[in-house]
Amino acid sequence: MWGIEVIFKGRNLIRLLEGLGAALEISLISVLISIPIGIILGVLMAGKNPVIKAVLRIYLDFIRIMPQLVLLFLVFFGTTKVWGWDLSGEVSSVIVFSMWGAAEMSDLVRGALKAIPKHQYESAQSLGFTPLQTKAYIIIPQCVRRLIPLSINLITRMIKTTSLVLMIGVVEVLKVAQQIIEANRMTSPNAAFGVYLFVFVLYFAACFILSLIARQLERKWS
Amino acid sequence: MSDLLEIKHLTKRFGENSVLEDINITVRKGEVVVILGPSGCGKSTLLRCINALEDTQGGEMLIDGEPIVKGGKNMRKVGMVFQSYDLFPHLNVLANITLAPVKVMKRDKEQVQEEARELLKRVGLSDKEKSLPRELSGGQKQRVAIVRALIMQPELLLFDEVTAALDPEMVREVLEVVLDLAKQGKTMMIVTHEMQFARAIADRIIMIDGGRIVEENTPERFFTDPETDRARQFLNTFTYENVHKKEQ
Repeated sequence: MWGIEVIFKGRNLIRLLEGLGAALEISLISVLISIPIGIILGVLMAGKNPVIKAVLRIYLDFIRIMPQLVLLFLVFFGTTKVWGWDLSGEVSSVIVFSMWGAAEMSDLVRGALKAIPKHQYESAQSLGFTPLQTKAYIIIPQCVRRLIPLSINLITRMIKTTSLVLMIGVVEVLKVAQQIIEANRMTSPNAAFGVYLFVFVLYFAACFILSLIARQLERKWS
Repeated sequence: MSDLLEIKHLTKRFGENSVLEDINITVRKGEVVVILGPSGCGKSTLLRCINALEDTQGGEMLIDGEPIVKGGKNMRKVGMVFQSYDLFPHLNVLANITLAPVKVMKRDKEQVQEEARELLKRVGLSDKEKSLPRELSGGQKQRVAIVRALIMQPELLLFDEVTAALDPEMVREVLEVVLDLAKQGKTMMIVTHEMQFARAIADRIIMIDGGRIVEENTPERFFTDPETDRARQFLNTFTYENVHKKEQ
């Protein structure tokens, strides 16, 4: 019924979970790369140097305006043509998602730093803290509390966007789903419904758990 | 009594705008000086200069005979309480109070916590040491902020309109704490709009207008018979004529 039975045929279930694993892996590696770069860029963006700020602003806008799919094509196909790089789909995906993640993360860090009132610095100074101590004990702990839920949300956005990487030949959960549907076209014509429904459940489970954690932390620290 | 703070010919400008002009004040140990004046007259800026939070454009300021410099070690002799409390939102009350003595003065944590509890008891907040700032009322936050400044054992305490952001019912609980400090002989400079309180606590009133000192007087003289018209005019803004017609 509805083609759900297809999921339990042969290795299909395991293949779908492996596909989800591939998507999560790309997101996780990209996030691990994005966070440190994003923090450095964010601190620079909140800083005083107008040239650096302008350059980073352009970078951020460029990444935001460009659809992720175009960036994927640009890195996967474009670099092969121009420089002869032979990047795999996975590596291209990680590059694009890290560029995107670093840009978004830098904006979050900039926002978190700017959101700290000037008075926090002043009362710290008035209590005798050095600028370094002020950052270590007062500013950074507050920023981190603000950033953790926001970065979890960024991870969920990344996981959802990994559905695009099938377009450059990466076999992730959606691609596996397509393959299963194709293979069972004759025996289970309704497979498209059942299998995509299951893919939906997989994405939902992965993202929902993360959103719950983010919401919980947000409530605890807001 | 010896001089704790000496301000000579202090000038402060924001760009072209002169905020403080040729300010001369001497504060002796144990003295309570209240600074009055209309909004924007420069009285808060004066306190910020004494706390080295502002650059100055002329004159000199000495604390215990040493010049006031941003980040200078002697700045520990000056403590300040701000209008907006500015507790550290991620730390509970006890940690807010003990962070500076432990990290800045490198004092023993246990000992500092003992002292913090003692001070919290004195301001009536013994049961709040585990609370986060957002769980406190404005008056409670401000009392914590006072304790946080006190525990650094400053010789001079600056109060910048500490009750201006509070609901009327909470003003008293904070001012009681400040009055108590005056009784203990703390040296304080207080900027306030609470005239009754100013009169009760001050050893000396300094009125500033347009960035200059216009009158310096005892509280009795200042409030009953000020020397300058400007002071009289200022005090008149706090009294209202009765508009109710008397019953015939």
